[in-house]
Amino acid sequence: MSVTEINPGTVIEELAERKPLSERIGSLIRKQPLGLAGLLVVSIMVVCAIFAEYISPYDPELASFEHMLIPPNGDFLLGTDQFGRDMLTRLIFGAQTALFIGFTCAFVGSFAGLVLGVGSAYFGGKVDLIFQRVMDVFMAFPLIILALAIVSIFGTSMSSVITAITIPFIPRCARVVRSSALAIREIPYVDAARACGFSHIRIILRHMAPNVMAPFLIILTAAVGQAILTEASLSYLGMGVQEPTPAWGLMLQGGAEEYAESAPWVAIWPGVAISLAVFGFNLFGDALRDVLDPRLRTR
Amino acid sequence: MGRKESMYKYIVKRVLLMLPTLLGAACLIFFLLRMIPGDVCELRLAGDGQYVDPDALAACYTNLGLDKPVYQQFLGFIGGFFTFDLGESMWTGQPIEREIGLRFQLSLQVAIMATLVSILIALPLGTISAIKQDTWIDYVVRTFSIAGIAIPSFWLGIMIILGLLISTQAWFGTPWMPPIEYTSPFVDLEANMVQLIWPALATGYRYAAVATRMTRSSLLEVLREDYVRTARAKGLLEKIIINRHALKNAMLPVVTIIAIEFAFLMGGMVVTEQVFNLNGLGKLFVESVQNHDFAMTQALVMLVAFIFVMINLLVDIFYAWLDPRIRYS
Amino acid sequence: MSVVETTGAGTPVEKILEVTDLRMYFPITEGIMIQRKVADVKAVDGISFSMSRGETLGLVGESGCGKTTTGRCILQLEKQTSGDIVFNGQNISTLSRSDMLQFRQKVQVIFQDPYSSLNPRMKIGDIIGEPMKVHKIIEDKTERDRRVAELLSLCGLSPQFSDRYPHEMSGGQRQRVGVARALALNPEFIVCDEAVSALDVSIQAQVINLLEDLRDEFNLTYLFISHDLSVIRHLCQRVAVMYLGHMVEVADCDELFENPMHPYTKALLDAVPIADPVLEASREHKIVKGEIPSPINPPSGCVFHPRCEIAVPGCSQAIPKLLEVKPGHWVACPEA
Repeated sequence: MSVTEINPGTVIEELAERKPLSERIGSLIRKQPLGLAGLLVVSIMVVCAIFAEYISPYDPELASFEHMLIPPNGDFLLGTDQFGRDMLTRLIFGAQTALFIGFTCAFVGSFAGLVLGVGSAYFGGKVDLIFQRVMDVFMAFPLIILALAIVSIFGTSMSSVITAITIPFIPRCARVVRSSALAIREIPYVDAARACGFSHIRIILRHMAPNVMAPFLIILTAAVGQAILTEASLSYLGMGVQEPTPAWGLMLQGGAEEYAESAPWVAIWPGVAISLAVFGFNLFGDALRDVLDPRLRTR
Repeated sequence: MGRKESMYKYIVKRVLLMLPTLLGAACLIFFLLRMIPGDVCELRLAGDGQYVDPDALAACYTNLGLDKPVYQQFLGFIGGFFTFDLGESMWTGQPIEREIGLRFQLSLQVAIMATLVSILIALPLGTISAIKQDTWIDYVVRTFSIAGIAIPSFWLGIMIILGLLISTQAWFGTPWMPPIEYTSPFVDLEANMVQLIWPALATGYRYAAVATRMTRSSLLEVLREDYVRTARAKGLLEKIIINRHALKNAMLPVVTIIAIEFAFLMGGMVVTEQVFNLNGLGKLFVESVQNHDFAMTQALVMLVAFIFVMINLLVDIFYAWLDPRIRYS
Repeated sequence: MSVVETTGAGTPVEKILEVTDLRMYFPITEGIMIQRKVADVKAVDGISFSMSRGETLGLVGESGCGKTTTGRCILQLEKQTSGDIVFNGQNISTLSRSDMLQFRQKVQVIFQDPYSSLNPRMKIGDIIGEPMKVHKIIEDKTERDRRVAELLSLCGLSPQFSDRYPHEMSGGQRQRVGVARALALNPEFIVCDEAVSALDVSIQAQVINLLEDLRDEFNLTYLFISHDLSVIRHLCQRVAVMYLGHMVEVADCDELFENPMHPYTKALLDAVPIADPVLEASREHKIVKGEIPSPINPPSGCVFHPRCEIAVPGCSQAIPKLLEVKPGHWVACPEA
């Protein structure tokens, strides 16, 4: 578990810095070559996922007994699996699954965490107290345990897997956002908004949430990587995405250990793909944190 | 308020804070499990989808207490914690304490070993990386640690097994894999180590990566503090500055993160145990969820939550002991 | 406690605001799930005053005396512990939802810090336009933009500023934006909470002049909260002095400055340096002895008695009432 700690003080500093986001993203590219590398990896993945139908050489679900476990060669650049399906094709389509689940879970989870965290800080008092205790309960389990419990309730459909990965994210994001939002709550423009008679929802979404964007974006990018990893773990356990959908974790489950010795490529490539994807998101996220959160620049 | 008194008050407060968390966790897991479609009796009796005798099914429900109203089941479950009676597994019929006890030793040992691995890697690497900031050593270490966070430990486990198979084949002519049967370290230390060092490495690397980053950043922060600059100005040797002044103060967040990792390891090694076919708590959890063994799943989850909350408590108390300001907040 | 009737010459003037026995206690709690109150911070402890339409009342006192909390209660940013706040004849504690929205339009605020009182993620045009949009005063976008431009120029800013972000402006310009935002809803009453304290002296003067012009033009009523006596003297018709949650003296501005009666007011005025080095060096300073007591456990009787020069034993017994010693001059000190 990587723990992302954001100091609430940064929010105030960030106000003092007051550069628009676009300018700061511009400087990210100049000053953060590693972040750029991460962005590149992520972009390649996105392109693969979008154009999977056009760039992949075969049908990802087409099994063929004549082509079982063929080592990498000119026809099958990365070899075939135990059902005779082309590894490269399944990897490319696997990017679709990974990105879809990664982005959906990260966005839904982080956004829910954002609203809850800011709301909790905004209302304060008893609401905040109860909310914190509920978050404590959710944080008392390792992510994978909660996810497994949820999958066993709702089955292994795509939406259930997404729910299982998303729910444990919410308290983690909410906690970080809340600590920043507590500082924002004390800043007079929130009082100004209240004095104008704006509704709670408007103040939370329009006046407070945009000002905790820095920790939120950092959490969001970290969450994408984390979601991809969790999805792979669930699929590997057979409790995630189901065959014949191409998914990296599932490709490892299929027979990676069984065929490890005779056909190592079956075990190697999906893992490389998972690692590269998470690596890309982490590099990008790190760079983003450096730029958005000056206090943590050394991390 | 005296130091002792405020410390005492803080500990009492934190321990009291633990209770609602654990009670909430118990409620959450109890009702989540009741939502799972199907139940253990159907699974036990029907097995492969055969005809189920309704009388046998009813007898099974009565036997396991699943015919009682939900609130009674819940009270029984909560009561079990206070009487230290966790009941029997609904699947095997064995006492839960025994079933967990069998696996606990293994999980605890792997967790300790993985933590050791991560400490042994993280401290030297993190320190070097901070001292040699922005040199090639620093970049190598940082890449190593970012990679460690990206590589799934279960896949690393598969790669370790693969590496072992291939290298033993090459050197000894026969492929070798770590044994599956667990040997207690008190019976045969070597056999035990040969089995468990690999999963410890596979999971340890990931946690080493996190701890390395924390060591590096925390040391860098401390090196910029005034008292370190004072030490430099006094002309102390850089080595003494690092060892005596900086490291000690930089260790706080590192200790925290390692402690929390340890808590995660106790319950979160679900996937790695699967790879190495280890009969630990994680595997028991997956099996009990699949078998609808509510009693076992509840007990396991509560154990994990308890360890987790306890370790967090200890970390907080340790912090409060070091920093009096926390006690009053 | 009686409502202070200070209508200057005694002509009947419409009351816009009446505050009666206002108390704001912030509880200090202990406990995790079930919170139990262990003490109260008595930020405001039973103050009463009233204001006529079009007048400016200055609220002065040291930091922590409860003047800002008073303003926040009137704005209903804090729910008072007890006491009534009557605005335009309506008790604002019992307003319905829609009446509350009406009240929000009529009562606005200008904050101290021009840097933190504007949302850094919003353009100036949106900051000023949003209240009009939410309250459906001007629903048409172009019409609203026109009004924003009008407000900006009214506050001495170029209408082009509406496309800028707060960080692209200077402190004085931002405070003008704060004023423009407060005016956007056509309020009748504005709480100016240290509205010029954070500005440079030269810019302070400009903003004060702006506030004066606006007051005359729109017949605004200001509650002007400040610790700066010279600003108060320049801007206010009446002044109320607060100490530790209590109101100790209320009088017309000139009367208070020329003839202070409460020992605390005297000390406060004494602390103001005179801009003449010779005079300043020769005069004798009466420095208030001791520290401000804690509002958690304020002194019994008159809260000022431990620091008071003229205190008699009776001062620690009963809380002195605000009494009208001269027409329009109210003092809470029987010894004065």
